[in-house]
Amino acid sequence: MSPSVAELLLRRLEREPEAGPGGGLCSLEAAAALGLEHQALVGAVKSLQALGEVIEAEPRVATRWQLSAEGEEAARAGSPEVRLFRALPPDGMPQAQLMELPGARVGFSRAMANKWLRLDKEAPGGPRVFPAVPAVQDAVQDSLRRVQQGDAAGLPERDRTELKRRKLLLEVTLKSYWLRKGSAFSTAVTRQDTELTPDMIATGSWRQRPFKPYNFAAQGLPPECGHLHPLLKVRTQLRQIFLEMGFSEMPTHSFVESAFWNFDALFQPQQHPARDQHDTFFLQDPAEALELPPGYMGRVKKVHSQGGYGSQGYRSEWRVADARRTLLRTHTTACSARLLQRLAQQASFTPGRWFSIERVFRNEAVDATHLAEFHQVEGVVAERGLALGHLLGVLREFFSKMGITQLRFKPAYNPYTEPSMEVFSYHPGLKRWVEVGNSGVFRPELLLPMGLPEDVSVIAWGLSLERPTMIKYGIKNIRELVGHRVNLQMVYESPLCRLNT
Amino acid sequence: MPTVSVKRDALFEALGRTYTDEEFDELCFEFGLELDEITSEKTIIRKERGDGKAEGASDTVLYKIDVPANRYDLLCLEGLVRGLQVFKERINIPRYRKIMPPKGEGQRLIITEEAAKIRPHAVAAVLRNITFTKERYESFIDLQEKLHQNICRKRALVAIGTHDLDTITGPFTYTAKAPSEIKFKPLNQSQEYTASQLMDLYRTDSHLRHYLHLIENKPLYPIIYDSNGVVLSMPPIINGDHTKIGLNTRNVFIECTGTDITKAKMGNELAYRKEKVKPEYINKKIGISETPSNLAKLLTRMCLKSHVTGNGNHIEVEVPPTRPDIIHACDIMEDAAIAYGYNNIQMTIPKMYTIANQLPLNKLTELLRTDLAAAGFTEVLTFALCSQEDIADKLGTDISATKAVKIANPKTAEFQVARTSLLPGLLKTIAANRKMPLPLKLFEISDIVLKDDSTDVGARNYRHLCALYYNKNPGFEIIHGLLDRVMQLLDVRNEENGYVIKAGEGSAFFPGRCAEVIAKGQSIGKFGVLHPDVITKFELTMPCSALEITIEPFV
Repeated sequence: MSPSVAELLLRRLEREPEAGPGGGLCSLEAAAALGLEHQALVGAVKSLQALGEVIEAEPRVATRWQLSAEGEEAARAGSPEVRLFRALPPDGMPQAQLMELPGARVGFSRAMANKWLRLDKEAPGGPRVFPAVPAVQDAVQDSLRRVQQGDAAGLPERDRTELKRRKLLLEVTLKSYWLRKGSAFSTAVTRQDTELTPDMIATGSWRQRPFKPYNFAAQGLPPECGHLHPLLKVRTQLRQIFLEMGFSEMPTHSFVESAFWNFDALFQPQQHPARDQHDTFFLQDPAEALELPPGYMGRVKKVHSQGGYGSQGYRSEWRVADARRTLLRTHTTACSARLLQRLAQQASFTPGRWFSIERVFRNEAVDATHLAEFHQVEGVVAERGLALGHLLGVLREFFSKMGITQLRFKPAYNPYTEPSMEVFSYHPGLKRWVEVGNSGVFRPELLLPMGLPEDVSVIAWGLSLERPTMIKYGIKNIRELVGHRVNLQMVYESPLCRLNT
Repeated sequence: MPTVSVKRDALFEALGRTYTDEEFDELCFEFGLELDEITSEKTIIRKERGDGKAEGASDTVLYKIDVPANRYDLLCLEGLVRGLQVFKERINIPRYRKIMPPKGEGQRLIITEEAAKIRPHAVAAVLRNITFTKERYESFIDLQEKLHQNICRKRALVAIGTHDLDTITGPFTYTAKAPSEIKFKPLNQSQEYTASQLMDLYRTDSHLRHYLHLIENKPLYPIIYDSNGVVLSMPPIINGDHTKIGLNTRNVFIECTGTDITKAKMGNELAYRKEKVKPEYINKKIGISETPSNLAKLLTRMCLKSHVTGNGNHIEVEVPPTRPDIIHACDIMEDAAIAYGYNNIQMTIPKMYTIANQLPLNKLTELLRTDLAAAGFTEVLTFALCSQEDIADKLGTDISATKAVKIANPKTAEFQVARTSLLPGLLKTIAANRKMPLPLKLFEISDIVLKDDSTDVGARNYRHLCALYYNKNPGFEIIHGLLDRVMQLLDVRNEENGYVIKAGEGSAFFPGRCAEVIAKGQSIGKFGVLHPDVITKFELTMPCSALEITIEPFV
């Protein structure tokens, strides 16, 4: 078997002195010496490099001047302008005839520019060209011959540039390597191992073997694992925030609710638009709540229809049949109402803070930002003597834990809170204020019929879970996030939910 | 939230100054309004109907302003200007009075017993010596429509009719007649119609058809006549053409008919009401400490003319007829807070001490989710609502066997019932993700709903855990392994008094490939290889095994 290019190269290198400033050889010279194409030698250099420290190969770039085909011709027979000049008889020649000569186009314009020729446009029989000087020197041919003899460096820069512009001279870059022995130089080329094996460990053979280097730019193998849903990752973090703030989770374990708890207990008038068919899912089966709290229901009826507790009420008819209707809760505030009414049953009032993050339902048209069901995040604080300033303070703390620090508050209307406030935060991406939640202080018409003491105030706020999740994970279409049309790839790839980092 | 569209330049002229868009947005925000959109008729038409149609439309800048649902007094340019000017203390609160005509008596509207049975209430008023300009006239008509849509609840509670008083003679009669006996030329029509014909005529009218149902099935229709038998209107549908108002109308007769007397009377009686509130109540509820006279000033800026009475113990507040939303002292307190500026109130953290508790069921759910993901399954979140077919036909069972809660007014089949199983949602998730590499391993821990007579609402939620394995092989052992892992996590052993797996059956499962899980002495659910019919009905092609159990016994 004849030796490979790599072996030939290694044997040639072996004759070089040890690595040092003076040592080494040029790959171009080595290729010429070994009678190989330079490209074949470069291939061998690369394969040897892959073995580690066998050789050192320092890339070099050299520029060389070389004549073009036209340049070769000019070097041999003279530049086109000189050839043209020499072809011209002393009594001149018609221009049309002159232009027939080979290379005449370039030669004529050059010779004219050098003022070697005179053109008589008025001559009888058409324009005629005459020599304007007795003799000329072919400086171009001289320069080109010097390059041919390897003296390109001796030419003035200006001449080189001019000849290059005339496409007589070419500047060629040559990539080559300066080769030296490496620290693990050996003339014996061995096959590399790709992986460490138990056998190598047992025998210790790994010590003698070269290993194929890894490509660290390649992708790793994704771990086989399950993933949590991004919306529920955000839910986990919001639960955490509430728990950190001392809020207990309130019971929300029923999607089915009566209109009484969903609307009437919250002092939402029976003619309120939210109670329309096109906003709320009413139930066909079970169609009616089996039980409404007897004494409390009477007080709710009275405060709606006649007023009381310092209120004029809505002074319109209140029908128990409307309150009995069953529906899918439109907000978790229905659960807050049940909680507060239970709180009022205690022998003595104890303050509290509660939260819930649960599903609610709206009979709305579904589009890229709205679904018929979504998760409502709600916080409630009940305590004697709470003021609007406390609501502002709690909201500031809550939203700053969510990573939202720039807040402002807009007066708003909500049938069951007074005062009511919409919470806006400045969105640096959108460069405008966007609504991030709704809040308020529960009306006395809601709290007092439950039997809560008069000095107890209840502050509350709510937001959707979907909106901050879509912003957090950059999701444009809610249907790719929630429901069966979810994009599982998105679930697989979604990062951790870290809200205030 | 109602939106009022006003011409920017007309608004600024009325406000007596100009604002940049940002400044006006800021003013709105502070006052509780929202400058929703800056647009023009041209832009609106271009957006809705394309570039070609917008040619020649007006370039006048329009502000679309969202007004809170309780502020009926701000639903027109004039109302907005009044509210903002008083808020900025540039004008005093206007005072509205009822005045009798200089000579003679006021007009009368007689309500007959027949009318009282159909649409029981009616009130009327007269606007005298007014001058319309084109802008004022448009604003007047627009306001009437805004009131219809909002406080009047799409004319169900109240319908308002306006008439040129100089074309009719009082007294007026509000009565009810059989549809065939009513005949008149309705607004903007060229011939007379009977009421029955009108109903047919308007059935295709994009605007009026929404109101027909309010009287359609009544034996008698409400109708208002003048003393000469001229029809003013057939409320709540349409006015007569005879009495229609125009730019030259000087005296307007307004009638409001409806089912809610409180709302019908608003604005017609021009009744002012006095309320007394304690300064310390306002201060305490807001969390500020302003002097009584400052508080009175704040309230006055909100069109609630106020002054301090007694020895400074009380603030007397005059509630104008334009603010029917003020029904309690807290409504007054809110207006003081708005005038003070929500963003100027000192933020305070409540001092109370509380110990937080998680709901045990949710706590368990959170723990299990994390470990199911660690077991290699991916969490999904499917809808609680679905079609009847999803939970019955497609799972090989009949809806009557499901105890499903049914929705009365679903807009589409996707919202017919609340789910009784998580399985359909997971199968649909796979169907929507068929391009993903196999196997697919999914889970969800969420609620299903069943009818239940022992609760006050007749239904209750159950927290279920459902998991699915979808691949070229059924993978029964994989789902079985997951169940064993879940039981291990719940510290329930595979032994007597722990959990037991025995052969079971279910319509969704392939016969002989279904197991029932018994734990804590009860059946908690099933797992097995799904029936090929189920796989096909959910538009899937590969074998699939599934597990669905309730986790409530383990809380």
